[in-house]
Amino acid sequence: MNPSNRKVFNFHGGLHLDDHKSVSTSRPIEDAPIPSLLVLPLEQHIGNAAKACVKVGDKVLKNQCIAKADGNVSTQIHASSSGTVVAIEPRSIPHPSDLNVISIVIETDGRDTTIEPKHTNVEHYKSLSRHDIQRRIQEAGIVGLGGAGFPSHIKLNAAEHPVETLILNAAECEPYISCDDMLMREHADKIVNGMRIMQHALNAKHCMIGIEDNKVEAFAALQKVISNSDDIELIRVPTRYPAGGERQLIYSLTGKQAPSKGRPLDIGIVCHNVGTAAAVDDAITRGIPLTSRIVTLTGSGIPQPRNMQVRIGTQIQFLLDHCHSPKEDIGNILIGGPMMGFKLNSTQAPVTKICNCILAIHQRDVIKPTTPMPCIRCGECTDVCPVNLLPQQLYWHAHAQEFDTIQDYNLFDCIECGCCDVVCPSRIPLVQYFRFAKTTIWQQERDKEKSDKARQRHELRLERLEREKREKRERHNRKKAALKKKPDQADDPKKAAILAAMKRVKEKKSATDTNPANTDNLTPEQQAKVDEADARRKDHKKDTTS
Amino acid sequence: MIINTPQVASSASVSRLMLHVGYALAPGTLAYVWLFGISVLIQILLACITAVVTESLVLLLRKRPVFKTLADGSALLTAVLLALAIPSIAPWWIIVLGTAFAILFGKQIYGGIGYNPFNPAMLGYVMLLISFPLEMTRWPAAISLLEQVPTFQTSFDVIFNAGLGIDTISGATPLDTIKTQLRAGMDIPATLISPKFGELFGSLSGVGWEIVNLGFLLGGLYLLITRRIAWQIPLAMLGAITVLSSAFYLIDSSQYATPLIHLFGGASMLGAFFIATDPVSAATTPRGRIYYGIGIGIICFVIRTWGNYPEGLAFAVLLMNMAAPTIDHYTRPRVFGQGN
Repeated sequence: MNPSNRKVFNFHGGLHLDDHKSVSTSRPIEDAPIPSLLVLPLEQHIGNAAKACVKVGDKVLKNQCIAKADGNVSTQIHASSSGTVVAIEPRSIPHPSDLNVISIVIETDGRDTTIEPKHTNVEHYKSLSRHDIQRRIQEAGIVGLGGAGFPSHIKLNAAEHPVETLILNAAECEPYISCDDMLMREHADKIVNGMRIMQHALNAKHCMIGIEDNKVEAFAALQKVISNSDDIELIRVPTRYPAGGERQLIYSLTGKQAPSKGRPLDIGIVCHNVGTAAAVDDAITRGIPLTSRIVTLTGSGIPQPRNMQVRIGTQIQFLLDHCHSPKEDIGNILIGGPMMGFKLNSTQAPVTKICNCILAIHQRDVIKPTTPMPCIRCGECTDVCPVNLLPQQLYWHAHAQEFDTIQDYNLFDCIECGCCDVVCPSRIPLVQYFRFAKTTIWQQERDKEKSDKARQRHELRLERLEREKREKRERHNRKKAALKKKPDQADDPKKAAILAAMKRVKEKKSATDTNPANTDNLTPEQQAKVDEADARRKDHKKDTTS
Repeated sequence: MIINTPQVASSASVSRLMLHVGYALAPGTLAYVWLFGISVLIQILLACITAVVTESLVLLLRKRPVFKTLADGSALLTAVLLALAIPSIAPWWIIVLGTAFAILFGKQIYGGIGYNPFNPAMLGYVMLLISFPLEMTRWPAAISLLEQVPTFQTSFDVIFNAGLGIDTISGATPLDTIKTQLRAGMDIPATLISPKFGELFGSLSGVGWEIVNLGFLLGGLYLLITRRIAWQIPLAMLGAITVLSSAFYLIDSSQYATPLIHLFGGASMLGAFFIATDPVSAATTPRGRIYYGIGIGIICFVIRTWGNYPEGLAFAVLLMNMAAPTIDHYTRPRVFGQGN
């Protein structure tokens, strides 16, 4: 394929930023030394935390699985060097809200003894079924290395939807970060092979690699590897932040827009990061799980910026010390790039699978947030928004806490790229407002769900109480009815005897109690006299009345 | 709450924006001073002083930071725009009253910059036009048309000394002349070549005014090229004026002025690039701004052509200010990934 003639679609907005990448690409990737301590958090990915399968005191080998996936949306964690598990406890991880997460802490023995790979003598990937590839990728603990940390095996499961195109994201559009760039320069073969494996797993018709046009050497390296494949397109996209946003890249390469409430898979596209592809190659071809990654150490607080192959779990302070970063002069450390990265609170936190860049900023270069001015509705933010949102309207409604209206303005389509923040003349921290609105809405939804559940529980309880009351009453009535009926049945011999006796007494009593009237038992003469008297009384009555 | 803002240097700021708008006003203003006399500068000075004093007083009453707010430059910009919009030979209290009104009732009463629904300068202008029609319709004549160049003393007296000597430096504006002559029964071509009024018109529009408009066009193009104002509003507004005036001119050139007279006469260029583009009171969606600009152009043309006033920009802007929220509501852009 001739890459230069390829038409590229332009997404809306975006920014041309100074890329600051060349400072960290002048040296080859350096292997970081084995630290004395490895901290491996059980949550380094989106989904359920892995479940530890070692205990304190256990000896572990490099590449040994130390935590198993919990369910499908989860993945495994492996020891990144040999040593002894000394603790399983909450430790600080790199996270915007400074979370502590259960982590397996390993004291390394420095020997880096490796466990025998589970799949030695690995056959050609084409002999493996899709399901096998997926399973092995999950077993290797691979997650999206571009920063999202979504378990990769899920994005290779396209059973429900046919996949037309597999796209590898090689854009790496954030300033300063160069780990993908260096990976492409040095291991283009791994990337392409990993892509072939993914293509096989997805049964995708063709592949594209989208790379920003500022990565000349990486482009050349990839081109060399794919020179004789005609189903892989290597496409340069203009260097414009955020060209590497998944949806932006898909649009640039194909002109298709992934639906805002759906996934790229809905339009037959799956997108993976180049680092993920290389990790897939390691896992399938060599049986090596994901225990290290390339990390860019850069910024004005690092004397010689560089890229390093770092064991997952290496504490960030260890790397800063290794690079002779002057601790007292560091003003700010970001994980990720200057646009979307977040401030690191503790340098004791480890490098995780999704940690692509450590940006140490000298205190003289720290950009302090200024007091924002009122929005003057200039619309600069609208012009740069890659999603075509109206950030100032979103800001307006976020500020007024109108969380229904703000969703009408498509708050949840915001990718938090930060372009609007950079151009705002009033220096309003717009993305901060959007994050606030999103988390508040999520919280409200959770609260609503909770209160719905509580209400449901309460209603069920009332219903149950009502039912119990009704049943009690019914039982009571039945008993009462039963008691009423019992005398007739006279099934109790004792009671029957009593009743019979009472009846007899009653009969006897009625017999004795009746006094004979003097008109009973009359003789015929007496009767005749009575009749005579009656007749006389009648006649007398007749006379008096007539 | 942890504040995570991009660590990328940015030079964008409101005061910088206002400063560049100020730079862009320079060519038009200098042409205005050069062709119509020093009185323009006196008005600008008066307006600026009034704006700063009024805004400071309001901010003190509202217990808001005075210096920081003044530094955004928006009050000064309002003052300068109003000073450029009124007749430069109006008495001093006109501009003082108008500026104070603009700052107080045009802006601060709503909560200051960013919250005003109307363009403050145009609100001040319309208040003055309605309240003081005599003072607001006596315009200076271009110096080239006067018998002698007005001295600083003359300009000073006209403004501060109850209009002393105003007859020596005032004259009819081209748009006004066309309107009154049409009413008197003289069609436009006749007016343009008449010995009495012909000298008022240059090759584009009114003598003097056409150069001032060219100056504002130059400044406006600077703002467009440096992307400090959105292109939609000026382009749509000037486009609407051009289309309408051309159409009517082609229908009947004796009753309707040429498109050039419309574009380079009156406040067209100042309005298109500096007044209609005030972001706070304008429509903000890209498509909405086009409708907003077209609306101003149409109303402006209608008032000039059939209304009582020779110029209709201020009314056009205020009317479209009212329509802006509705326009924004119906012109939301389609969000990425939500159908075609």
